[in-house]
Amino acid sequence: MKEMVIILFSAILVNNFVLVRFLGICPFLGVSRKLDSAVGMSFAVIFVMVLATIVTFPIYMGLLIPLGIEYLQTIVFILVIAALVQLVETTLKKNMPALYKSLGVYLPLITTNCAVLGVTILNIDESYTFIQSIVNALGAGIGFLLAMVLFAGVRQRIENNNFPIAFKGIPATLIAASIVSLSFMGFAGVIDGLLGL
Amino acid sequence: MQYITPILLVALIGLIAGVILTIAAKFMAVETDETALLVLEALPGANCGACGFAGCEDYANALVADRENTKANLCTPGGNQVVKDISEILGLEFEEAAGKIAIMKCSGTLDRTSYSMDYQGYPTCQASKLFYKGRGKCQTACLGFGDCVAVCDYDAIKIENGIAVIDREKCVGCGLCAKACPNYLIEIVPEKTRVVVGCSSIDKAKATRQICTIGCIACNRCVKECKFDAIHVIDNHAVIDYEKCTNCTLCSKVCPTKVIHVYPRIKKN
Repeated sequence: MKEMVIILFSAILVNNFVLVRFLGICPFLGVSRKLDSAVGMSFAVIFVMVLATIVTFPIYMGLLIPLGIEYLQTIVFILVIAALVQLVETTLKKNMPALYKSLGVYLPLITTNCAVLGVTILNIDESYTFIQSIVNALGAGIGFLLAMVLFAGVRQRIENNNFPIAFKGIPATLIAASIVSLSFMGFAGVIDGLLGL
Repeated sequence: MQYITPILLVALIGLIAGVILTIAAKFMAVETDETALLVLEALPGANCGACGFAGCEDYANALVADRENTKANLCTPGGNQVVKDISEILGLEFEEAAGKIAIMKCSGTLDRTSYSMDYQGYPTCQASKLFYKGRGKCQTACLGFGDCVAVCDYDAIKIENGIAVIDREKCVGCGLCAKACPNYLIEIVPEKTRVVVGCSSIDKAKATRQICTIGCIACNRCVKECKFDAIHVIDNHAVIDYEKCTNCTLCSKVCPTKVIHVYPRIKKN
């Protein structure tokens, strides 16, 4: 149990996918302008990450390893993730058209989102068990949500400020992103301290 | 065998994914109404909300879903041309668009009134208003930071000499500026409107006199002059009821501070 908590929190804070491992930067910069769509996007990512792990893990363990074709890992994972994203897209279009519209092109971009592919591949690399993998995917997703929500708040502040013209827009956003990332470096070692390891 | 297994596997996974997606597409299909799309194309696409719906798409859907009860002439930015197009698509009778225009209810330019502070905060009206009710000596004066200018899609409003000035020929009456003004100085009125009380001061006459040379002093002379019961003094300033006003301009002639403005007729197209 303790191990699960460690995996979960280190995925959220210490090894935050966006701010520490810099995976999944494009929705991080693209959809973080408004809090609503940032939250919506994050939940879509959480959902896809967990589902992708649930599907890819058995495929890897049950099909690729027994057949001795682990080298197909990347292409098979991408195939599965692409299908899952398409499924999420269809579901959103039907049930939450407003969210679907505000996500725009970033929803199909989850398909090739390195954060999603990254979490599935890292699960294999770290040789987690099935349950551990799911917890790790969930943590990665929540970490993504955290980064998005924090950064949406930061960006709102940026847009209300007068910047020198050279910094306006994307440069100011990237600088702010680097400072937010800097703050997450402070979490290194926090898990060991918290859980007394 | 070592070549066939991987090929078969990838093909199989692709096949399964394809089948699942096909089924999902069948079950989750969203019925898009062709007519709604046509109506949406006819609308200006400014998503201003002047029609009272959340945006052009919302209005298009409402028009198609409930033809009897939704009026086709609500799009004031689009004008008669858009109303005609929509009526044609829906097979409705053409009704002239209810033209609207924005009016500005403050005339406190910098030579008539002045600022009570040297405000250095966020340069928006919204922020300035939060700080001791704004930078003007008159708390209902135009703040002059141009929140209204920023929201206008039609380049119809600008700040001149410290107050917002509306270009009556460019204004389409969408009402975005009226929503943006923290002092509620901009009002959306029928397009034919020419007579405007350029003051919203809630101060008593004496106080108004001291801070603004053009402010309404609530003397009631316009009220007595009006033959149509269309102008009244509410909260220490004259307010015109535009349903009754006939643009006769009598009130402006008797106004001692000349705060009731008369604009020329709009020449559009």
